[in-house]
Amino acid sequence: MTSDRLRQLLPAFSLAVLLISVFYIQPRTMSYLGLNLLFNLAVPIALATIAQMLIIAVNDLDLSMGAFVSFVACVAATYLRDTPLLGVLILAGAIGVYALVGILIYVRNLPAIVVTLGMSFVWGGLAVLILPSPGGAAPDWARWLMKTKPPGIPMAIVASILIAGIAHFLVMRSSFGVVIRGVGGNERSVERAGWSILWVRAAAYASAGFFAVLAGILLVGLTTAADANIALRYTLLSIAGVILGGGEFTGGRVSPIGAVIGALTLTLAGSFLSFLRISSDWQIGAQGAILIIVLALRVLLNRSKQGAGD
Amino acid sequence: MPSEKSVIALDGARKHFGAVRALDGVDFHVAPGECIGLVGHNGAGKSTLVNILNGGLSLDEGTIRISGEPVDAYSVSRARQAGVRCVFQELSLCPNLTIVENVRIAHRDLGRSAWRKNAETLIRDQLGKVFPGHTIRTSELVGNLSIAERQMVEIAIAFLEISNPVKLVILDEPTSSLDAVLANKMLAYVRQFVAEGGAVVFISHILDEVLEIADRIFVMKDGKAVVDSTASKFDVASLVQAMGSVVRENERRDTTTNAGEVAIALRNGSLQAHRGEIVGLAGLSGHGQTDALVRLYLENTGDWRSHRNNQVAFVAGDRSVDGVLPLWSILRNMSLTLLPDLTRRFFVDVARERELGKLWRERIAIRTDDMQNDILSLSGGNQQKVLFARALASPAPVVLMDDPMRGVDVGTKQDVYSMLREEAGKGRTFIWYSTEMDEVRQCDRVYVFSEGAIAAEFAGEDVTEENIIRASFKEAAA
Amino acid sequence: MNNVTLLFHKPWIWSFIAVLSAWVATIIFTGGLGGAGLAQAALTFAAFSVIVGIGQMFVITLGPGNIDLSIPATMTLSATLALKFMNTDGALVLPGLLIALGVGLAVGTANFGLIKLLKIPPIIATLSSSFLIQSTAIWSNRGLRIKPPEVLTDFTTSSVLGVPNVALLSFVLAVAAYFILMRSLFGRWVLAIGQNMRAARLAGVPVDGVRFSTYVLCGVLAAVAGFFLASFSGGAALNMGTEYLLTSIAVVVIGGSSVAGGNSNVPGIWGASLFLFLVVSMLNTFGVGAGVRLIMTGLIIIAVITLAGGRKSMK
Repeated sequence: MTSDRLRQLLPAFSLAVLLISVFYIQPRTMSYLGLNLLFNLAVPIALATIAQMLIIAVNDLDLSMGAFVSFVACVAATYLRDTPLLGVLILAGAIGVYALVGILIYVRNLPAIVVTLGMSFVWGGLAVLILPSPGGAAPDWARWLMKTKPPGIPMAIVASILIAGIAHFLVMRSSFGVVIRGVGGNERSVERAGWSILWVRAAAYASAGFFAVLAGILLVGLTTAADANIALRYTLLSIAGVILGGGEFTGGRVSPIGAVIGALTLTLAGSFLSFLRISSDWQIGAQGAILIIVLALRVLLNRSKQGAGD
Repeated sequence: MPSEKSVIALDGARKHFGAVRALDGVDFHVAPGECIGLVGHNGAGKSTLVNILNGGLSLDEGTIRISGEPVDAYSVSRARQAGVRCVFQELSLCPNLTIVENVRIAHRDLGRSAWRKNAETLIRDQLGKVFPGHTIRTSELVGNLSIAERQMVEIAIAFLEISNPVKLVILDEPTSSLDAVLANKMLAYVRQFVAEGGAVVFISHILDEVLEIADRIFVMKDGKAVVDSTASKFDVASLVQAMGSVVRENERRDTTTNAGEVAIALRNGSLQAHRGEIVGLAGLSGHGQTDALVRLYLENTGDWRSHRNNQVAFVAGDRSVDGVLPLWSILRNMSLTLLPDLTRRFFVDVARERELGKLWRERIAIRTDDMQNDILSLSGGNQQKVLFARALASPAPVVLMDDPMRGVDVGTKQDVYSMLREEAGKGRTFIWYSTEMDEVRQCDRVYVFSEGAIAAEFAGEDVTEENIIRASFKEAAA
Repeated sequence: MNNVTLLFHKPWIWSFIAVLSAWVATIIFTGGLGGAGLAQAALTFAAFSVIVGIGQMFVITLGPGNIDLSIPATMTLSATLALKFMNTDGALVLPGLLIALGVGLAVGTANFGLIKLLKIPPIIATLSSSFLIQSTAIWSNRGLRIKPPEVLTDFTTSSVLGVPNVALLSFVLAVAAYFILMRSLFGRWVLAIGQNMRAARLAGVPVDGVRFSTYVLCGVLAAVAGFFLASFSGGAALNMGTEYLLTSIAVVVIGGSSVAGGNSNVPGIWGASLFLFLVVSMLNTFGVGAGVRLIMTGLIIIAVITLAGGRKSMK
């Protein structure tokens, strides 16, 4: 049981170690402004991670996350700003497409990896059509949202806590979340109880689409302009974030709070490297390495759990 | 049968799976305040009947009436509406959720507000009613519970009443993982439930238990109802006869003493078999026998190279999970284990493979005109023969068998039994997990499993039904 | 007659029919100009997709969840290291090729090591290893375009009897892959694992050995493709492999192999590779922009898999 606990605490522990190291190397980050800078970019990543987590909760994987967030960013920087109503309609339609993808995957029993990989091209193509070259501008309210300075705690931290709290309620506490995780854990038993797996999966995909839309809008709020490739790395980051946060690929075992922590950890790893003056060439390499190290730690913990005779 | 009163009534129910007639014209009526004992051999059609009753399968022919009203579109949710609940043999809870959350999944009518608190109170009360004095915490993850505790939770969830009343509960082997004390508590609750007007369909391999609890006995054989009458007319012997098994004397072969060398053993030394011996693994189903066989196989074969993989062969019982490769022909399925012996310089010698296939088709009477046909074109029993051929055709001196006679017809069984005896006589070693007492009694030596470990070992004359059943429950009751 | 109907039951025939129609459509649109040139370009570019596609096909054949996402990074790294070593010196071609093969071997070993030791799905293992490989490539490449030796450029851009050398090379590889998959013990084992890994293991298939070899094979083929692609396109660039992530998967799927594993075919990879190239060039001749091209590519893949994929609901 103790190693069970340990496993749950592993994500928070990794974040703390990394944060302390950053503070040690660069004490100036230990301030309102410093923290905001460190974690600012984490907010959209955290939202994308929650979106990915919802897909993983039903035992699928979304390889179109990065392209979709980029697409949303392009829409946000153009239509949503210039003709808000049309923008909202486009984004709502995009969420609908997400639900349809979930339905298609379930009804035809397709591998989610391949379908979402195909979708990544579709979203990428749409993004290029909207913004052939980098440009556009963030809606003022999105920019305001990301630039506010609440007293005491930096916006990035407030937003992270808010995201974690809402996602935790939705996925871990509400009926909706229970059924989604139930589908991941034992789809047959959920079906036998009379739930429609089709609708549960569609809802999981739609909510993932919703969180991803938020990610795209807030990303534009941060960067103030968009381009079609702005968030391509989010696919990998979001998967890595879920796993770092203690989620598993199958069996509906996910943790929203962990996922947000995972996203923060990955963002922090980038800053950590630059503080160490390690060339930015190694940025993505470091993210890969962190992923591998955490997974290795998890294997070790599992082994000690088995050794203890559980 | 006064069907106006029936909770649920099937008439002329037929269900086919390909060529298999799982249900072949069955009339089945359940009245309120009645407990029906449903018995029959594996493959007799019991689980199909259960799945029809709970809405999981739809009928090819026949009618379903609920409280006398004919129902057209019977489905899982319609069944639940009608108050039909089911406890399945295999785990049907979500292991990644807590007990309370599983209640949420199982009961859509729980409501949205404060469901957690309601579910918690309800399930705690219900567990207390069915299993007084239990120590299960309702906030625990199901994955952390023992097998017995999971079964207790599942039973309690099935009897839980929220908005629409529970009218019929189907219990499929509900006591298979419970010890005697817990089983008795549950039977007492079932009796009370029936006395208060509920209906129960009770399925169990333990016939004493069925006779003790049931008012009416419904015996199935080959998809048909062969008996439907009052329970008091039966005792265990007559019930066994009705099920269609031949009550035969212990047909024991001349027991080879354990003089031969050890042919195979588990690394921890807990289980071993000697040359030419037939060793049985017994006990309640799902208590670690398959795991032990698989471990035995994996410990003695290689993951990386195949040079010693022909020392042991495995005959799967759970065909679709452990045995059959569904996209392949019968021939390719059969030749897989001995493929390295058919390979010359990297490439498979297809001509020799075909020859071998012909040979074994005749030896074990696989019913097909062409070994190139898809494996799935065969009936379950014939697929099982292919898996036997896979193991027996290989040069392996040790063969592990994981309850391989599930769904195999009597004729084939007798053929395989005699083949086993012949092979054992030639010095082959067999380790045989079986849930059929008839088969266990044919073994020279038997290990009885309970809760994942070996609870007892019997040899020769001590291999009796009584000894084995007692040992199966010993650990759990302690 | 009979042979013709038999041909139509082959899962890969459709990709060739599609190739022909795309080719004809383009020719008609251009008024018959450049048909031969188009065919030759198609053969050249398809050759690279075929090489990575074969590797990906073996991996996908291993069953649900098996996929190699490190192909693009492997291509980049092998090309970068090999070209850097050769430093345009034609005498060093052979050791250069060996370096590329070594990269493939190392990547395949690392991938399977992660899968096995960390007990993680291949998609995550190859994903995280691709991060590291890509970083290594960035670090050693430094954003320069490293030139290949002239011998290699000549070899990869010339033809024999009108057939490009690289097409011949990948044709030979495809034939070899066909015999390995359909006739050899190893191929049988791969197909068995893809249908049911546990059953295969319990039937005596040395599962780890086979899976390891398959991931190494995929890595090596990706490295070879990277090596020749860089020689062909005038140097190793950091993003040279990017488009091959989807391409490698797409050609397997469109070629009629089952994404659920256990049932694959080699000819289809050729058909699908030619098809994908021709679709892009067809859209180009029609004057369609990059956005629509991307959308079309994605939709074709989803359409093909939707039509072909539903069958495998066996488990």
